[in-house]
Amino acid sequence: MTKLEEYIPIVGQSVIDDLRLLAKRLEGKVVQHINSTAVGGGVAEILTRAVPLLNEMGLNTKWDVIKGGEQFFEVTKKFHNALHGRSEAITQRDFDIFAEASEANSRIMDTYGDIVFVHDPQPVSLINKKSGNKWLWRCHIDVSNPNQKVWKFLMDFIIKYDSAVFSAPSFSQRLPIRQFLISPSIDPLSDKNKELPQELIDSVLRKYEIKKDKPVITQISRFDRLKDPVGVIQAYLQVKKYIDCQLILAGGSASDDPEGLQVLEEVREKAKQDKDIHILLLPQNDTEVNALQRASDVIIQKSLKEGFGLTVSEALWKAKPVVASNVGGIPLQIKHKYSGLLCHSIDGAAFAIKQLLNSPAYAKRLGENGRENIRNNFLLTRHLKEYMLLFLSLYHTEDVIQL
Amino acid sequence: MAEVIKAKEPFRFHTRLHLTELTGLRAINLTQLVELIKEVPGACIYHHTHRFLQQHQYLSPEPPNDFAYWVTEILGEDELGERLSSIDTIKYSTIRSLRDRIIEAVEDYLKDNPLAKLKFAREGDEFHFIKSVSFILPTDYIAGDLREFADILKKVTIDSIYFHIFESRLRLEKSDNDFSNWIRTSMGNTYLAERISKLDPYTHTLEGLRGNLVDMVEKELLR
Repeated sequence: MTKLEEYIPIVGQSVIDDLRLLAKRLEGKVVQHINSTAVGGGVAEILTRAVPLLNEMGLNTKWDVIKGGEQFFEVTKKFHNALHGRSEAITQRDFDIFAEASEANSRIMDTYGDIVFVHDPQPVSLINKKSGNKWLWRCHIDVSNPNQKVWKFLMDFIIKYDSAVFSAPSFSQRLPIRQFLISPSIDPLSDKNKELPQELIDSVLRKYEIKKDKPVITQISRFDRLKDPVGVIQAYLQVKKYIDCQLILAGGSASDDPEGLQVLEEVREKAKQDKDIHILLLPQNDTEVNALQRASDVIIQKSLKEGFGLTVSEALWKAKPVVASNVGGIPLQIKHKYSGLLCHSIDGAAFAIKQLLNSPAYAKRLGENGRENIRNNFLLTRHLKEYMLLFLSLYHTEDVIQL
Repeated sequence: MAEVIKAKEPFRFHTRLHLTELTGLRAINLTQLVELIKEVPGACIYHHTHRFLQQHQYLSPEPPNDFAYWVTEILGEDELGERLSSIDTIKYSTIRSLRDRIIEAVEDYLKDNPLAKLKFAREGDEFHFIKSVSFILPTDYIAGDLREFADILKKVTIDSIYFHIFESRLRLEKSDNDFSNWIRTSMGNTYLAERISKLDPYTHTLEGLRGNLVDMVEKELLR
């Protein structure tokens, strides 16, 4: 298990001192996180790393998981898609299934925390058990354009919380409760982000038969239309007319996602015309993702929609020049021409990639600025600090608080 | 080297940590922007004129404020962007007066360039008003003289220097920064206090500012 002091060489002693200072102010409080899964998904990933570190600082932090059958999770998946703005047919039966499972969880879940921290819509109705303690609702979803039927249904619960937390300013709505902006984070010591020896990077390239004889452009994402892999190929082909380069499109397995398989087939078809396009269907292997990012000259994230886009943080943390779409949480991570290049189209992406490949000094500067931006704003230590400030905010209403 | 003079009152370093609060308020053009600038809490004005300084402290000595950045990059109004980013923030001792200056800059521009009212941000590029909630905590660092003061300045967090130089002056409406105040009243050293007061902290990176402060105090110790 990673210890807090291991972060000192990365963020500095003073950042860790501040975390300990804050934890002291929360002495005696019990913080109870509640979500819907112990493994898989971003929320579980962050809690797995964060909970032990918060306990190490002396903040009594617990993590409980609600129960739910297949039907319940099918409904919450529909809610999830609808909140992301996708068109979904939501029926009264769906709301009834949600209510029944919520009622069952409410009976068995002990909400003992001084602060109960509920993640995402699945456990949202537990708020009805509120009795004198403080409650927070953390929304990890892009709700900038939510399905109104689902949003209104959830709103009846949300307004009973003390505060809500969103990942990007564009996700905020007019609410009668306080709402805070806390971005997700990456863990610099995880397999996906830690430093790797050059031999390991080379061995991953050999495994996938990629020669480092021409510049490498990479996009790491699921084979999903919203990540626009076909658009990435088109941008690459435009660049290729002027600069001899190669493209890696790498993403996780899509076996449980029929649409994903279809997209993968389309991408493979498009890629046939060029032997320098490498389509890699990776198993869940964080070290290989890390190696491919580190072996790249330019990293792309040409998403059409994006929750936050932590792959951008991962790339910037490796000081890579990044070309990414101006969507979701990406503009929080990239200030155009300071710490990467933002684009709105295939042509724009192609132009930006050419600029970076033709101007290595400029690309290097953007990458280095990007890394510093991630160090200051998007590492796990910042996330822990903001969570503790959030807990403290429950006991203070002023804008300037003297502790 | 001159004998080190003890302070009447020691200086306790504080640190300031901030949490970002969302308001749900957003503007899509200059008219909405200026109307909301008039209405939003002072904590919003503070956030949008100082956020860049902390989040991108390593980047440039002259950090643009969020209003200037949005007006330039999203609306393409470079001239107004320049007017907003060149507002001499150090001249204003209250958020209120700073807010008035920003409003004046936008309204004057709209009077001269009425067509600018017709420019709209595309969906997803709106200006979102955000508040900065500050938590001020005392640290264990206490200076009893200028030697100790210089040594601590080298190791405190950048948040601590930020608090004493920027936030304490503007947000707590003190007439001067905390360092100059202490050096003047507790150390009786008006010369050094004035030198630090005259520094325009908005034209340094935060690490550059730290270096300058240490340099000034150490030179004073050698005088």
